[in-house]
Amino acid sequence: MTLGWRRLLPLIALLLGAAEVRPTQEYLSPEIRAAQEDPSRHPGWLWVDEGEALWRAGDQSCAACHGSIAGMAGVAARYPLVAADGALLDLEGRIERCRTQQQREPAFGRESEALLALASAIALQSRGMPVAVTTDGPAASFLEEGRRFYETRQGQLNLSCGGCHDDNAGRRLRGDIISNGLGTGYPAYRLEWNTMGSLHRRLRACSLGVRAEQFPLGSREYLTLELFLASRAKGLPVEAPGLRR
Amino acid sequence: MVLALALLAAPAVGQVASFTMAEDAIEAPLDGLRGDPARGEAVVRNRETANCLICHSIPGAAESFMGEVGPPLAGVRSRLSPGQIRLRVVDPTLWNPQAIMPAYHRTEGLVRVDPRYRGRPVLTAQEVEDVVAYLSALEAPER
Repeated sequence: MTLGWRRLLPLIALLLGAAEVRPTQEYLSPEIRAAQEDPSRHPGWLWVDEGEALWRAGDQSCAACHGSIAGMAGVAARYPLVAADGALLDLEGRIERCRTQQQREPAFGRESEALLALASAIALQSRGMPVAVTTDGPAASFLEEGRRFYETRQGQLNLSCGGCHDDNAGRRLRGDIISNGLGTGYPAYRLEWNTMGSLHRRLRACSLGVRAEQFPLGSREYLTLELFLASRAKGLPVEAPGLRR
Repeated sequence: MVLALALLAAPAVGQVASFTMAEDAIEAPLDGLRGDPARGEAVVRNRETANCLICHSIPGAAESFMGEVGPPLAGVRSRLSPGQIRLRVVDPTLWNPQAIMPAYHRTEGLVRVDPRYRGRPVLTAQEVEDVVAYLSALEAPER
């Protein structure tokens, strides 16, 4: 009975056309989806609270230049983006740059609690806003690289990202419903991890799943892939901080 | 220790059996091996190796959380001969290049393989034969 709605997902996807890309929240179970919207039931809010405190911490605080964190509304929706020096940056990479170059503090480090907390608090300001990454100009070649990675069958299991997230979205992979793999919910609290984690950590898990080479957090492979995923999500809502199984 | 060294030193070549394909089937058992259905069932249900049930379901209540990316395996014998099943386990893209299902007995032409698995097929020739024996005997559930 409770599984009935899930059985309809492939049918719905078929009726809407195979190329349809839908928000990840529509693939979540009703329970997880409700909890994602409810701060009292979403453990990720511990990181949000910590991130908002970090925003104001110290003499050279984020707030000292940027003002209230509410002013970050819409920022996360534009990442990843190409910086003035030509580097492709995700939100975490931008925070680390700000920290080392503007605040003259040591980098937090990828996947550190502090970086996840700040990224979560900043991303929250864009929650519900449409993803609006730039894909032309200097971003175009990065986008193409990401698209190639997405479409290439890889690993000992010889699977491409699209083989699951385009062709089989809505179907059940073991106990999980396959989403369109957009990354709009990251950083996300994953129950499997029992903690908050970045999109790149999630991508490493995907690589491991198909028995492919895993790339470092912040690597060019995952940054360009993230840009391609975001291009697929254009116009769909930012869900971060997400809640995932 | 000696055994461990011997395993590490095992050459990558020779881990994949040679075979002859006719239409969409590999009629001859790999390396002339005899498959065992009970061992095959264990391979199919093993979540750490082939992980068939991440995409397929089998009859019975013993397993939960089975996938639906691929067709249910019950009654596959009424749709495919043992040779056809063998080819689909060895490498379904030999017959259908668009097949999403991984090749379980292939090491060549793969991209970015995790170094720990490079040069090794997912299943050995014996395991392929065991799976073929299991699936060729798997009845459809009674309705």
